[in-house]
Amino acid sequence: MSGEIFYAAAGMGRKVRARALVASDGFSARYDLDRVRGVFSRPEHKLAGQSYQDRVLVLDAAKGGVATAWMLHEMKARGVMPAALVLNRVNPIMVQGAALADFTMLSGFDCDITKAIADGVEVEVEPGGERPFIRTV
Amino acid sequence: MKLSDEEQAMRGGEFGPLRQWAVEHQIKVGTYLGAADFVPVTQAHIMADTESLGRAGVEWLEHWTALPPAQRRVRIPTITDPRGTDFAHAQKLKQQSWMLELERRAIAAFEALGVLMTDTCINYQTIMPPVRGEHVAYGDTGVVIYCNSVCGARSNFEGGPSALSAGLTGRTPRYGYHLDAQRHATFVIELSSTPRELSDWGALGGLVGRLAGDYSQVPALVGIDRVPGPDELKHFGAALASFGSVALFHIAGVTPEAVQLADVIAEGSALTTHAIGEADLRAFQARYASDVGAVDLVVFSAPQLSLMEMRTLAGLLDGRNAEIPLLAITSPQVKPDCDRLGLTAQIEAAGGTVLSGMCFYQSYAREMAEANGWHRLATNSAKLVNIIGGYGYRPVLLSMAQCVEAACAGGKLIARTRS
Repeated sequence: MSGEIFYAAAGMGRKVRARALVASDGFSARYDLDRVRGVFSRPEHKLAGQSYQDRVLVLDAAKGGVATAWMLHEMKARGVMPAALVLNRVNPIMVQGAALADFTMLSGFDCDITKAIADGVEVEVEPGGERPFIRTV
Repeated sequence: MKLSDEEQAMRGGEFGPLRQWAVEHQIKVGTYLGAADFVPVTQAHIMADTESLGRAGVEWLEHWTALPPAQRRVRIPTITDPRGTDFAHAQKLKQQSWMLELERRAIAAFEALGVLMTDTCINYQTIMPPVRGEHVAYGDTGVVIYCNSVCGARSNFEGGPSALSAGLTGRTPRYGYHLDAQRHATFVIELSSTPRELSDWGALGGLVGRLAGDYSQVPALVGIDRVPGPDELKHFGAALASFGSVALFHIAGVTPEAVQLADVIAEGSALTTHAIGEADLRAFQARYASDVGAVDLVVFSAPQLSLMEMRTLAGLLDGRNAEIPLLAITSPQVKPDCDRLGLTAQIEAAGGTVLSGMCFYQSYAREMAEANGWHRLATNSAKLVNIIGGYGYRPVLLSMAQCVEAACAGGKLIARTRS
């Protein structure tokens, strides 16, 4: 599995390397997280109870309301945040939040990225350049 | 993105560093989302409660207020979503002094930027509803979906930083629902039963939202046997946006872009149709805490209540006594009418509390739960049910009348489903 590379339609932020936390579920900072403890807190979420601190979150789609646009900035200021967010499908709020927080994000793949990346593996996320990508290392 | 001379000048700093940041932020977002250029907007609406902003966000706002007025003030009408408290009742809610201090600082910063503190998520019912074809930059998802769908306006979900940017630059990147091609239906919902209660409209929004799954999806509904009212479409849209991240829907024969279903179907496209009926609505409702026998509080919020909802609630509570906390949350525009018309007095005489200018889930809901011992919550808002679980609550979705019955029975849930 090591060395597999998956190109994204769009990327933002800086290059990061960290362990992936993967689920076929959505993402909203307000709906899904206990941002003080740094864990997924919505009981129905597939990652409920798991820490997202310094992990590359590989999830299906951006969900929920507009609060994430501020919350990523707030999470970064407190240092309790994921390393990056990698989504099959994005909404404008995630993009706006990532832009304000200078947060690393990729979205739009030819495959279901939540099926392509195994939970727990080390990944590198390169959002810059002509072809943003995530690869296993 | 293609930039006009004025946009180039903003980017170059000729209008000061705040507008320079704003246009740069918009270019970053627009580039990511494929915008070719900017579109002028006439209004902006900012979601910025302090639970979302945090100290970092408030400090970020404050640092811009040192600029001269000409460099820091918004250039189009810019209003706000609910705040994180109702100062008049903060003590009753057991909110802490640091929360209120942060709110005061955020309000002062926004006022210095020229933002009108309307503190409402029902601006389309109370402030200045947009008209068909009007390009706007709105912040609350419920506001966006209602204005896009029912008013025929054009907005994407604009989070706080982007809505503020639009207020400062008077424009927004032209992508998504500003474009004709994005406004076509992508799937059809065929209803065999028209919802009756507001909670049923919310349940329908939740069901359709789950089917939709992402921001690019636009459902078109057929089979409704009457024209829904604004509060019904408010609850439907708010839940649809919340569960599905959806920003636009059409209802054939009701919403302005869908005089007929064919009007919103792109030529040559074959859309999938999903059927939804009464049993689906009941099953949706039953999913939430079906094993909960009693609740600790009742909340009417998300969206804020209209004058008509407040009147209905006051009527249901007339001569009754709520034995557990019952919170009715409305806008600062509706509240004075409730006071003047005696509705506030009627609700509070029955033991309820009328709150203004806040929204329950935007008001430090986790901390309020811990301070008050609240865990199990009944509401008629499907949107609130979707959100509040992440804050540690066990929500139950009931009709307004069932919520009142529960409140007056000490929280005991007597009839969970309608016969």
